[in-house]
Amino acid sequence: MSAAPVKLPPLVEPASELTVDEVRRYSRHLIIPDVAMDGQKRLKNARVLCVGAGGLGSPALMYLAAAGVGTLGVIEFDTVDESNLQRQIIHGQSDIGRSKAQSARDSVREINPYVNVVLHEERLDSENVMEIFSQYDLIVDGTDNFATRYLVNDACVLLNKPYVWGSIYRFDGQAAVFWSEHGPCYRCLYPEPPPPGMVPSCAEGGVLGVLCGSIGAIQVTEAIKLLTGIGEPLVGRLMIYDALEMTYRTVKVRKDPECAVCGKNPTVTELIDYEAFCGAVSEEAIEAARDSTITPATLKQWIDAGENIQIIDVREPAEYQIVSIPGATLIPKNEFIMGDALSKLPQDKRVVLHCKSGVRSAEVLALVKAAGFSDAVHVGSGIVGWVNQIEPHKPIY
Amino acid sequence: MPTGPADQSEQSEQSEIRTGPTQKEPAAMAVTVRIPTILRTYTGGAAEVAVEGANLAAVIDALEAAYPGIRARVLDESGRLRRFVNVYVNDDDVRFTEGLATETKDGATLSIIPAVAGG
Repeated sequence: MSAAPVKLPPLVEPASELTVDEVRRYSRHLIIPDVAMDGQKRLKNARVLCVGAGGLGSPALMYLAAAGVGTLGVIEFDTVDESNLQRQIIHGQSDIGRSKAQSARDSVREINPYVNVVLHEERLDSENVMEIFSQYDLIVDGTDNFATRYLVNDACVLLNKPYVWGSIYRFDGQAAVFWSEHGPCYRCLYPEPPPPGMVPSCAEGGVLGVLCGSIGAIQVTEAIKLLTGIGEPLVGRLMIYDALEMTYRTVKVRKDPECAVCGKNPTVTELIDYEAFCGAVSEEAIEAARDSTITPATLKQWIDAGENIQIIDVREPAEYQIVSIPGATLIPKNEFIMGDALSKLPQDKRVVLHCKSGVRSAEVLALVKAAGFSDAVHVGSGIVGWVNQIEPHKPIY
Repeated sequence: MPTGPADQSEQSEQSEIRTGPTQKEPAAMAVTVRIPTILRTYTGGAAEVAVEGANLAAVIDALEAAYPGIRARVLDESGRLRRFVNVYVNDDDVRFTEGLATETKDGATLSIIPAVAGG
């Protein structure tokens, strides 16, 4: 076992000088001996890309801007939704409906007008990632899905860029710096993504808003350390934060000699199809949903006509509490996977499954059909579609 | 800067503090297992549970006996560790030690760390 690298040289050369205004602005950095004029000039010369301006991207962009990182890139294609504002603090009430990238740029400019903001208003994919990443010194990851995370990792390995990674769920956070030249990459830690439907997203499982700040702040701390060459980087270590217990722990992460992308005999030598690698919905679910997917309007007709159906809501109890379809019975998806939920289904009624947006219900549909409920269907657009089309006075989340 | 040995002692100190408040009187090979949020539905919300077992496979069997369903989240259909779940015995990833045969000494802390992608 090799000892973890404790010291890395600064990633960025210093800018030639700071203006008088900049000296005033960054004075609290300049009087820290480890940062000082040299470190601040390096930050000024630095080019950092933030993938996503959402939960993690918000605090990351704001603190990177305040710290005086000279060029900040933002990749984001989404628009601001009201349900984002509980945690995405770079956006505000008046930004609802606006481009997240443009909203983020405005906030950054308000925090620090000396930052040059570069917007990439597109979805990151295998086609554009190399060209975009090559313009930056370091990548901060604030995405919300496995496919993009593997894409970012592989591009960073191929371009030899440090990848400052963070991930959150409910009350748990994880952070690490992946840099294959000096330590492990993301695939060394997690060689394969979970199968579709096994790990809920924040949209399905929820996230404590302030957790974004806790983990985003760690990411920015690590970015600043790498750019300026101070301290011991979070390379070869995984930081695990538990907000409920209020514990931070680090565990060793080893470089895997068998790693598919950064190992001795890599099998991934160019970018792959990450959507296929990670999959949003399993093959079984796609197959089950084919010809067995109904619209909210059809469900409404069936209810009004008194059809012999049983509506089963496969979401979690907390979601059911927020909003539900009249007459629906709650049986969370996990009870189908692990428990005896199949025995609770009526044999003499047609089963209609739904969840929030149709992913979980498709997974359950596959199980239910395999168990012999051949006429079962699911609502493709879930309760979100139901509320939008049938009961618009009810909340969505 | 000293690294390895200092980290080790700090880690074992921490484990001792953590195993303190668990209810069970430490019997043979009592292991503290830290449960991530995502799997706490199986443990009635408990973040940390105490089970017995001389190696990782035995600990997972004991976990399954106490909290049915949890094994399938850690092991795949053929009984291998899932590739998106990391299990640490104290500070070591078992993928780089003996895998399921990794020894779990009395007082060891076992951490289950699943991949999450939220952001």
